[in-house]
Amino acid sequence: MNTMTEAAAVKTSRYEIAERGKFHVADLLNHWECLLALLLLIVFAVNCVLLPNFLDLYNLADSSFNFSEKALIALPMALLIICREIDISVSAIIALSSVTMGMANHYGVPALGLFAVGIGTGALCGVLNGILVTRFTLPSIVVTIGSMSLFRGLASVVLGDQAFTNYPDLLAVWGQGYFFDVLPRPFVVLVVAAALFALLLHGTVWGRRIYAIGNNPVAARFSGIAVDRYRLMLFILTGAMAGLAACLLTGRIGSTRPNIAMGWELEIITMVILGGVSISGGAGTIGGVMLAVLTLGMVTYGLALANIPGIIMTIVVGLLLLITIAVPRLLRGKRKP
Amino acid sequence: MSLKPQIVSIAGHCSQWATPAGNLLRRRREPLLALLITLLILLVGVRAPVFLSLHSMDNLLTDSALTIMLALTQMLVIVTRGIDLSVASNLALSGMMSALLAMHFPHLPVSLVIAAALCVGLLLGLVNGWLIGYLALPPIVVTLGSMSVYRGLVFVLSGGAWVSSRNMPADFIAFPLARLAGLTHLVWLAALALVALWYVVRHTRFGRDLYAIGNDPVAAGYVGISAPQRLLWTYGLSGAMAGLCGYLWVARYAVAYSEIAYGFELTVIAACVIGGISIAGGIGNVSGAVLGALFLAVINNALPMVQISPFWQSALTGLVILSAVIINGRGEKKRHKQILPLHFHASTASISRSSP
Repeated sequence: MNTMTEAAAVKTSRYEIAERGKFHVADLLNHWECLLALLLLIVFAVNCVLLPNFLDLYNLADSSFNFSEKALIALPMALLIICREIDISVSAIIALSSVTMGMANHYGVPALGLFAVGIGTGALCGVLNGILVTRFTLPSIVVTIGSMSLFRGLASVVLGDQAFTNYPDLLAVWGQGYFFDVLPRPFVVLVVAAALFALLLHGTVWGRRIYAIGNNPVAARFSGIAVDRYRLMLFILTGAMAGLAACLLTGRIGSTRPNIAMGWELEIITMVILGGVSISGGAGTIGGVMLAVLTLGMVTYGLALANIPGIIMTIVVGLLLLITIAVPRLLRGKRKP
Repeated sequence: MSLKPQIVSIAGHCSQWATPAGNLLRRRREPLLALLITLLILLVGVRAPVFLSLHSMDNLLTDSALTIMLALTQMLVIVTRGIDLSVASNLALSGMMSALLAMHFPHLPVSLVIAAALCVGLLLGLVNGWLIGYLALPPIVVTLGSMSVYRGLVFVLSGGAWVSSRNMPADFIAFPLARLAGLTHLVWLAALALVALWYVVRHTRFGRDLYAIGNDPVAAGYVGISAPQRLLWTYGLSGAMAGLCGYLWVARYAVAYSEIAYGFELTVIAACVIGGISIAGGIGNVSGAVLGALFLAVINNALPMVQISPFWQSALTGLVILSAVIINGRGEKKRHKQILPLHFHASTASISRSSP
């Protein structure tokens, strides 16, 4: 009260209009990221108490193999969903990229070239999705359900009931290798990618425009943003990241089978939504997505250490998703306006 | 509550008027699709005459019955601007429950088992409906979550074990493929579902309300339609159908395990999309859903007949879906499509964003 009157005296105005609201600890609880961080801490603490081997550094590092590839795709998926689009075909893109890598390997393309082939195939798939969505103005959920079937189908046409194996060592080094004998390479790739995506979304004009498009595509178009070009680029980016994930995954498991990455698309979307990205667009942060990735990763790792079968994990993930979106609504006790 | 934000959002929904050309295509879409299916059947018949035999047509109908039934209720959901991704998991859970019920109580009449499967499915669907209707949560997120939960529960329920035909009573297995007047029970049930849902959609307030909600949720609210209640029962209906199909699936293939019908939800949605049901809501009818499902079944059944490797099936399905959406999209001629329901925008955004 006292400070307010002082400020008023200086500014000769009855009211003080601050740049941003005053900081209250209670406001932190309204931040999705803070709630997630709290959840992560709780999961971590519970695991530490219940499981004696949880804090083993090597175990902890190795647990990242389970989510690094998915999380790599969750990053561009977050951008897409913020932009009011979605890509269901990502796991099929992984399959197709992995198959083209297998073919390229079969015809003697060198190891470095395989990375280019994988990422390139992914980007091409993204181009197809993006063109269908932007040029034909089709809803992306429908387009990508169709292209998922197409990509996965093409992969299985090439593969038949065979599998590609005998990949060069370089792929395995990146898929399952370590930096300094402790840091898994896929995790390092993920952290670098997350930093780049955070910079893109939160530090550049492009990122602000993605939010603008997600909040109101029509208004964004009227204010001079090339909305369709952004959408197309995001689909290509998502495809390319799925290609990169395919390179790491192929290197990690050392083979390409028809059922590679089956069902990942929904897990990836779950990560993104749990990370606080609004499914109707315009809101969400890369930090939130990464926190969700780590939380889910720690839960999976804890359950694995406790010898609980993986499918129980799907219940936990589903309940987490439902509870995290339902509880705030129930607490506020208000329905949609 | 001020009127202003609602007026703004009405303006946002007003771009749904179609051009005359689009209207024509929309009115003729189902006959065109039916013509296309007949042509496809005849073409395959030229290559492999056995495909046109009564036996093969009977197989075709029986194979498509489950997709038809699920596509019918999925259509209702999509018409309200929603989506139900949990149908396949719901099917698996109700199917497993009915299989376990039949295994532990072999003398239970089949009708009771079916009723139990239906009730389980209804309950699972109502959970979705409550979350989506009364809590106003986005359907894609809710059903994504419940999909995982239901699939996991199948495993918990069965302990990961298979229930095979040896554990099921004979009349439990016999029902779906038993014949009445020459057609299998599956086909009769699909026909019954078609007639019932046609009546609901065309001649009941409930059905018309769903179109109103899908066309413009805000206006639907103004004319006094209780969207939460309608949505609750729409998803309930979708769940009940999934429950019924759960029993039929398990009994028809005489096996129940955790992964049955894995990914089937996308096939069902694909059938709806091919049938011209707009994912943006408010557009679609029962004949579209049925024809879409039939189209997929024709492709699946014809491929082996014309000696195309079955590995092509998924790729061809993808091509068909993409062509269908492109053709339907040209008919609708809408500039700005929304992929996800707009009417949840304000409320969802406020969760994830910090409120100062």
